[in-house]
Amino acid sequence: MDVSVTERKDWMGLMARAVEGRVAALLSKAGLAVERRFLRAPEIGSVMVRGRAGGTGAAFNLGEMTVTRCTIKLDCGTVGHGHVQGRRKPDAEAAALVDALMQTDRAEAVSAAVLEPLRSEEAARRAARASKSAATKVDFFTMVRGED
Amino acid sequence: MYVAVKGGERAIANAHAWLAEERRGDTDIAELSVGQIREQLSLAVNRVMAEGSLYDPDLAALAIKQSRGDLIEAIFLIRAYRTTLPRFGASEPIDTADMTCDRRISATFKDVPGGQVLGPTFDYTHRLLDFKLAADGEVGEAPTRAPSPDPVPHVTGFLNREGLIEEAPRDDTPPPDLTREPLELPADRALRLQALTRSDEGFTLGMAYSTQRGYARNHAFVGELRIGAVAVEMEIPELGFAIEIGEITVTECETVNQFKGSKTEPPQFTRGYGLVFGQTERKAISMALVDRALRWEELGEDDVGAPAQDAEFVLYHGDNIQATGFLEHIKLPHYVDFQSELELVRKLRREAGVADVAEAAE
Repeated sequence: MDVSVTERKDWMGLMARAVEGRVAALLSKAGLAVERRFLRAPEIGSVMVRGRAGGTGAAFNLGEMTVTRCTIKLDCGTVGHGHVQGRRKPDAEAAALVDALMQTDRAEAVSAAVLEPLRSEEAARRAARASKSAATKVDFFTMVRGED
Repeated sequence: MYVAVKGGERAIANAHAWLAEERRGDTDIAELSVGQIREQLSLAVNRVMAEGSLYDPDLAALAIKQSRGDLIEAIFLIRAYRTTLPRFGASEPIDTADMTCDRRISATFKDVPGGQVLGPTFDYTHRLLDFKLAADGEVGEAPTRAPSPDPVPHVTGFLNREGLIEEAPRDDTPPPDLTREPLELPADRALRLQALTRSDEGFTLGMAYSTQRGYARNHAFVGELRIGAVAVEMEIPELGFAIEIGEITVTECETVNQFKGSKTEPPQFTRGYGLVFGQTERKAISMALVDRALRWEELGEDDVGAPAQDAEFVLYHGDNIQATGFLEHIKLPHYVDFQSELELVRKLRREAGVADVAEAAE
């Protein structure tokens, strides 16, 4: 099955950003049992996050973040990679499995069971923060100047 | 005389057992969970992540619990844990222009596109103790308003258009990493920024304040301060493209500094930069002021001998784990060293003809 890089980046990012436990819980609820083996068992490590001086200039090392990664292979030979923020092995394994399944003919079912709920949860989370933030936006009014 | 000493194991074990009991405190009071610390002491958690140099709120909360709220001890725990992790690689530099801002203010431009957004701030509170918090924890829902879809561009971009401010051109040179190579001088700006972002908040604040009081004064205005979430992307070799591996909250401060020009640079505004993990605005503003002071050489300014201009002084004393490690080690047993000091002083006194108190008494 042909999968575009853009699509794959989209679902991998969605799972990486998800709240702890959600990827694994949604996948297990979907009951999509598949035979697979680990090419790389879930592994916790760090990534050095970089920034840029002045926001746009020279790259510098800001500090590390924890990341869990996992790689699995389905019986059909499809390989899936999972990278999630934090220390959460079940989510990394689930993310790898979803990544693999999304490249097979079960993509639609997986997307409906796992990715769409994650997408709407994230949208709701962001909208809630954005609307609270918007309520703290300052409305200036100019005082009438004496000389006018 | 040298005497080998060994022992204290039982005393140490008992001390640690008592420490655990004291950490727990009165068992009639409910125990704090790591989740409670993460959610309700989030600014302490942010400080531990920033200075521990590891973004993981749960670990930082655990460290705060374990350290009984001693944040430097918590930072120590995080730094130690960090060294046990395999490093998967480095991210693409985060794009702070693309931040989902909780807060975004400018002290220099009232009408910035995107607006002045206060966010969850202590500013404009009256700093009066709120005894309601001691009674019950009930809080109402914060008011909401439909968010504007307008972009929130960096403030310095406007001044850039007029050529009134120095530019920060993109540079993808792999930056030095002080967690891999010892920090050596001269330190370029990338290395200084790494050291500053993890340096002690109190030290950085003191250094920044010294520039405001006149030690290498550089007339800083907060051009922009923003706090919010940014995506972290990393190139995955197995995939051959970059994916998002998470989202972190950071605080970014850009100062706009008055500058009359120098032998090498025209009159224009110059910039200081602060970028710190979490909601940590005091630290980010401090970092920007100190960054600007340390840039005197590349901007062709005079070294006026101010502490904040001295890269060696600032960078070698800002790390609270290095500092506390060296400082606190002097309380550990130094019996042997001190024994030799004692012998020396006795010898010098004999040579100087001072009678020992013991001898005089005889």
